[in-house]
Amino acid sequence: MIIFYIFLAAVLILIFWVIAKYNALVTLRNQVTNGWKQIDVQLKRRHDLIPNLVNTVRGQMQFEQETLEKVIQARNAAASAKGIADAASKEDMLTSALSKLFALVENYPTLKSNENVLQLQEELTSTENKITFARQFYNDIATKFNIAQQVFPANIIASMFNFKPSELFEITVAAEREVPKVDLSLKK
Amino acid sequence: MAAVRNIYEQQAYNKRMTTVLVILYIAVAVLVGYTVDVLVLGFPASNPLPILSLATLMLACGTTIWSLSSGWIAVLKATGAVPANPRDPLHKKLLNIVEEVKIAAGLPMPRVYVIHDCDFNALATGNDPRHCAVAVTDSLLEGADRDELQGVVAHEMSHIKNYDIRLMTIIASLVGAIVLMGDSITKSLKTSIESATSDGSSTTTSAQAQIISWVVYGPLYVLIWFFTTIVAPLPLKIMAMAVSRNREYLADAAAAELTRNPAALAQVLKKVGTDRIPTFSMTRAAAHLCIVDPSGNGFNDMGGFLAELFGTHPPILKRIKRLEAMAYSASRSPQPPPQPAHT
Repeated sequence: MIIFYIFLAAVLILIFWVIAKYNALVTLRNQVTNGWKQIDVQLKRRHDLIPNLVNTVRGQMQFEQETLEKVIQARNAAASAKGIADAASKEDMLTSALSKLFALVENYPTLKSNENVLQLQEELTSTENKITFARQFYNDIATKFNIAQQVFPANIIASMFNFKPSELFEITVAAEREVPKVDLSLKK
Repeated sequence: MAAVRNIYEQQAYNKRMTTVLVILYIAVAVLVGYTVDVLVLGFPASNPLPILSLATLMLACGTTIWSLSSGWIAVLKATGAVPANPRDPLHKKLLNIVEEVKIAAGLPMPRVYVIHDCDFNALATGNDPRHCAVAVTDSLLEGADRDELQGVVAHEMSHIKNYDIRLMTIIASLVGAIVLMGDSITKSLKTSIESATSDGSSTTTSAQAQIISWVVYGPLYVLIWFFTTIVAPLPLKIMAMAVSRNREYLADAAAAELTRNPAALAQVLKKVGTDRIPTFSMTRAAAHLCIVDPSGNGFNDMGGFLAELFGTHPPILKRIKRLEAMAYSASRSPQPPPQPAHT
């Protein structure tokens, strides 16, 4: 009889443990999904800001049509990217196109002191930081989720209920940015 | 000095400490009330109801509830902080930076305030991550670059994340409340002495009564004054400051983890640390809420026993050194450590 009770207690403890672990994994999975959505929100904001910026500077930067077009192209490519790896590389291209544009803006004193341009520049800088931080947060929470799935004995539950590890962002090297070509000769 | 804790231990410690403090505070208040009940109002013998004990109990509970619910707003208002205005480009920058750090920390957006002051300082206050505020002086807003401001905001957001703010805010408002309570008790005693002395009809009895009342009430008055204004707040203050220093290191480290840029925070601490102008808008009560000691007297940096006991912040040079060590190891970590040449 005593043995039966001990067995029963053990089974109950096991069941409770499985429930607790399962719930913890579900919570983490939702946090990962939420983290991913946060990145999307910031990316969308960035994509929305860029046409504004281009329209503001277009009038004065008519000699830099190529750069402006590159920014727009990079923006459109990034907006239609599919999957984590693709999006990451296209966003990087957009970042480098933008930094080139901002470097060129430095050559236009009227633009450099234009309030709209300054505002847009601040918004874009902030949005870029937000994207970086949102990815950082996503990576942290996704790593936590992955670890929770892989450690023993929780990995049994993870495989039983078909939890899949989340993909992480690769850390990209910011130094790859193209050096802007500064042309001071007067083109006619 | 408290042992080094990680963020989760610090959070648990802060929550525990808040409970301990509240219980201690209510106990002290009731004790003060009870002492007066027994000694002055003749509680068990001539007076069946411990009126003052009940009154102080209610008062203590009331101030605690007030401290926990809106104390942080009072602390903030006392500094003359105004909400950041999104139309002002500088304020907009601050709002953007807070939003960035909020994303990194995975916290809800706090309220953002700007304090008009010529000193470099910043503070965080509130109850929990949903009800809190970050405030920065406008001089810091102008004098620090984007990365430095991000470091400062990350430091403050770490205080929010660790629940440091609730403990520190409650200490700030409870210390204030105890002093206030002591004042009101001594004042009421004073009036009771005065009324006792003015009661007498003839001048001789009045003079006698005055002497008697001073002999009886005088020492009691001094005792209560001594207890409520010096003894009771002292342990609270020492505790506040002892826990405050450890959490500054922890908040610096957490800020570095959030922004991955300890060098910027070290740099801004250098800027802040070199100016010794007091932050006029910060009262003593708000001192441990700030990023650096607002008194500007360099007390925390003197070192030694007294600074260890009463300082609100660790010496700024020590903080900078720790942050620079982090920056150094972070900049080296991508490469493998240099191998000794075996030739």
